[in-house]
Amino acid sequence: MSMTPETLVEVHDLNFSYDRRPILKGVHMTMQRGQVVAIMGGSGSGKTTLLRLISGAIKPTSGYVRFAGEVVHELNRDALFKLRRKMGMLFQFGALFTDLSVFDNVAFQMREHTNLPESMIRDLVLMKLHAVGLRGAHHLMPNALSGGMARRVALARSIALDPMLIMYDEPFTGLDPISLSVIGNLIRRLSDALGMTSIVVTHDVQESLKIVDYVYFIADGVIAAQGTPQEVRQSVAPFVHQFVHGEEDGPVPFHYPAQSYSRDLDLEDSIA
Amino acid sequence: MLKRIVSGRIVSGIQSIGHRVIESTWRLGYASRFFILVLLKSGTSLRRFNLVVRELYFTGVLSLIIIVVSGLFVGMVLGLQGYETLQKYGSESAVGTLVALSLVRELGPVVAALLFASRAGSAITAEIGLMKATEQLAAMGMMAVDPVARVVAPRFWAGVISMPFLAAIFSVMGVFGGYLVTVIFIGVDEGSYWSQMQSAVDFRFDILNGFIKSCFFGVAVTAIAVFEGYDAPPTAEGVSGATTRTVVTSSLVILGLDFILTAFMFRGVS
Repeated sequence: MSMTPETLVEVHDLNFSYDRRPILKGVHMTMQRGQVVAIMGGSGSGKTTLLRLISGAIKPTSGYVRFAGEVVHELNRDALFKLRRKMGMLFQFGALFTDLSVFDNVAFQMREHTNLPESMIRDLVLMKLHAVGLRGAHHLMPNALSGGMARRVALARSIALDPMLIMYDEPFTGLDPISLSVIGNLIRRLSDALGMTSIVVTHDVQESLKIVDYVYFIADGVIAAQGTPQEVRQSVAPFVHQFVHGEEDGPVPFHYPAQSYSRDLDLEDSIA
Repeated sequence: MLKRIVSGRIVSGIQSIGHRVIESTWRLGYASRFFILVLLKSGTSLRRFNLVVRELYFTGVLSLIIIVVSGLFVGMVLGLQGYETLQKYGSESAVGTLVALSLVRELGPVVAALLFASRAGSAITAEIGLMKATEQLAAMGMMAVDPVARVVAPRFWAGVISMPFLAAIFSVMGVFGGYLVTVIFIGVDEGSYWSQMQSAVDFRFDILNGFIKSCFFGVAVTAIAVFEGYDAPPTAEGVSGATTRTVVTSSLVILGLDFILTAFMFRGVS
């Protein structure tokens, strides 16, 4: 897979094992600048591990992730921290700093990494909060926010320094339908407005298919299927069909592997 | 058959002892490496001292009430007990000396440190542990800000700075408590309470040594508290277990350290 000038993230033959148990097995992906990509798969399929590998939080067993031309796991700590200023990440439940107000949460990175005067930080923070519709909530503490609001603040915080890439770890979990579509639309709108690449790790098929450009399905550590939302909806591949339509049984079985039901209930002996 | 079972039990017993020893040694090494890491990453805290000042409020100022009240009562009890014993020998005027020396040399640093471990140490562990459990530390790392430098080091230094002050305040309140009970309530001569205290308490051997002890306790308690918090499994049980461990380990370390320090400090002093 070659790096075109438009490619921001390239995942090449990525393998990762935890305690000798393979989590990812030879994953290939490319993400273009400005693209919104969804990574879907069941629980424990290695989606979040993939995000941690892209951000350099863990090192691959083999293969590499190239971000903005640099191989992430080869960087030393300082270079990695420098690279991370170009990345944002939205954690599952926002991970806002509970001892800081909404304003200070969004201002956190600006104060840590820049020498901007406080007046400019104020303007920038209010602009970021306005983009997520929460300018009026800048004085609140995180414990006064609803789940959806907390995630919007976290979104404003992760775009504070205008990153090139933003990663969303299950952004739709536990949200009411209104908050869910607000977050979904924000992901798309912010990507388009700021020219960011977005990676959305999610279970929420219907919501994410509305906003993304490309989908990867991960199952058992490999890419089981990939395509545009249109292709995914029409796919007849058994795994994709089961996942997109939420079918109970299919390639991912309803029953945990077990010996035969009749033998478990001691029926076979009596029949014999 | 029975012999084999018994010998099997013995072997597995020895194995589990060995396993525990290795486990605790490993953990001690890990904690020491973490401690060195915190020291190495203290630059940010020292450059941006307002981060430490903020934590000084939470660890130091908020511990004041328990320190002041406990100090007062410990001093009052010392005064009562001291007077009760000393008056049998007609030397109740030495009660000031007894109260001051007990507090400045031992009770001030030790009891203040024990209270500090339960009030501030547990709070530090719980706070850092919860920040880890709610992914705040991971989020900080993703924002290219080192959590050890930004979260752990300021809390560590705030604890180290607070502890000697709290111990001193504890001793002062204790001396005042002793004064209240013996001079005001019982009627021991005020002049002899203070003058005997002044002549018996030595700055170098008593006050300075007490101060040095409280500094050691401050480093020990806060280092244990930040390590347990940072190392806590990111679950509810994990954080609660870590908080308990902070209080138990700190208390044992304070008492152990106190014995060692006392042995060194008063070596050859008669």
